[in-house]
Amino acid sequence: MVDVAFQPNRTAAAQSGRRRVGLRNALRRKSMSAFLMTLPLILLIAILVIYPAIYSLHLATLNKAMTKFVGFGNFEFLFKRETFWLVVKQSCIFAISAVVFKALIGFIVAHFVHNVPANKQRKWRGMLLVPWVIPPAMSTLAWLWLFDPSYSAFNYTLSFFGIGPIPWTGDAMWARFSVILVNVWYGAPFFMIMYLAALKSVPEQLYEAAAIDGANWWQRIWYVTLPMMRNIIAITTLFSLIVTFANFDIVRILTAGGPLDHTHIFATWAFRVGIEGSDIPLGASVSLFMVPILAVAAIFILRDITKRGNES
Amino acid sequence: MSTMTIDKSGPTRKVKYGSMSRDRTWALRWSYFFLILFAIFSLTPPLYMLITSLKSSAEISAATNPWWVYHPTLSNYIELLTSNQFLRFFWNSAWVSIIVVTITMLISVPAAFALARMKFWGSATLATGVFLTYLIPDSLLFIPLFKMFAVFGDWTGIQLVNRWYVLLFIYPTLTVPFCTWIMIGYFASIPKELDEAAIIDGASWFQTLTRIFIPVALPGLIAATIFAFTVSWAQFLYPLVFTTSTDQLVLPVGIITTLIKGDVFNWGQIMTGALLGAAPPLIIYAFLMDYYIAGLTAGATKG
Repeated sequence: MVDVAFQPNRTAAAQSGRRRVGLRNALRRKSMSAFLMTLPLILLIAILVIYPAIYSLHLATLNKAMTKFVGFGNFEFLFKRETFWLVVKQSCIFAISAVVFKALIGFIVAHFVHNVPANKQRKWRGMLLVPWVIPPAMSTLAWLWLFDPSYSAFNYTLSFFGIGPIPWTGDAMWARFSVILVNVWYGAPFFMIMYLAALKSVPEQLYEAAAIDGANWWQRIWYVTLPMMRNIIAITTLFSLIVTFANFDIVRILTAGGPLDHTHIFATWAFRVGIEGSDIPLGASVSLFMVPILAVAAIFILRDITKRGNES
Repeated sequence: MSTMTIDKSGPTRKVKYGSMSRDRTWALRWSYFFLILFAIFSLTPPLYMLITSLKSSAEISAATNPWWVYHPTLSNYIELLTSNQFLRFFWNSAWVSIIVVTITMLISVPAAFALARMKFWGSATLATGVFLTYLIPDSLLFIPLFKMFAVFGDWTGIQLVNRWYVLLFIYPTLTVPFCTWIMIGYFASIPKELDEAAIIDGASWFQTLTRIFIPVALPGLIAATIFAFTVSWAQFLYPLVFTTSTDQLVLPVGIITTLIKGDVFNWGQIMTGALLGAAPPLIIYAFLMDYYIAGLTAGATKG
């Protein structure tokens, strides 16, 4: 078993007998030491990731006091609650629209950065990535203050254009818009950086060939850039879908689910029910609803990544 | 990954075809115009933090032009930086982040080395598993983890909930999978001849790792360290769930739970706290931007 992975030509390379013994010792210990090196990782994942994941399945089948097995009781209870369906709807609206806008803005901005002379790109990239660097909990506080009902700096500015005070976090529709806006602000730079890296890897010759064939800029994007970037776009979007769907910080700080639970998404509602409402089984059941979507996205990401691995 | 940071502008040919070069100039002007718009969009919240942090409470409640400071004052900074409570948050955050970075590196570097080079039974599956673990978000695990640690406390009498050091056990679940994953990528890109030569010269696996792999993959190591630090520094959900006493809080949770008292928002101090909380990642980013970006792009592009 030990020899399987080590190429046989290695032993041939070691000519002298003394060295071969040393090599053989190394080989003999290899499997063991490799196991020891990965042991902390395996333990960490097993105890603090896989076990809690299974444990939450178990928790979801208990009653509030966690004394009795209720089977699917928690889920049945959830399905009957209006708030739950509101959360499902809002989670989907939030995740999908935020990811679409992040991807679009990221794509456009990446093109603009790519357009400017190479020596100035660093500066722009540096500025545009700042939202991603600031801890989201901290930057959301700034947004909360920008959206403040009575001192909103946005409303102050908009009042000069005759646009009346907007209830950024007070009205259900505006609050939904606000959490998506903040999420787009926070996440678009990540897309920008990924797409910029992808744009730089597109060979210049392809554009020259397209230009010679008389392609306009739209055709160049559609037939050259997008197909070349397809893989990165797919991975980045799926990845962002997972992160956005599981988002907690922004919604929690900006609206805490309000007004009237209209901006709750799975994570914040699970926190409200499970930790603040101390109904741990119900909270676990709520967060379990994230699993199907996360699993689908993860499967696609994994497929793309293994595909890339096989190609290279 | 280093190729990401090299500007591949290519030789710009001086083509003077009239309309073509005029198109280019206009494209450039539009690019700058939109980039300025996007830069304003990106930088408004942090700049507004700075503006508000320099205002006194009186100026904030006077509702003057919010975008301008008429009487700049450092009183918010002085007040926060001399408050024991705030410094406590800062130290808690710093300790948690530094220890978590150390734990992460101690776990993920040897594991990545073993997974990248010492093929053993199940190593490919484990590598995939590590990546999948990275995709499991914190909001899925916080409830079972909270219950787990509470039950653990009941069984053993070791109370971990509501102690800042409980975060040392939990944060590695966020940092280790990603760091292992990108370190596998960096280690795999090192030519095989290098470690073969070392092994033939009689180096042990451990020596191969410390003398060859770590120095050669240093950029990757720095990127992973930055990632681990920024993730631990910015984490909000776990400390919110696990810690409640004010002396056990880390910075983000501390600012939100102590500076916001009911309906009274002391915005000057909140913005100052937020800016100070955002400072360490921003400083690291300002000095190590290339490594930061390398780590960012490595996650999805390494295969």
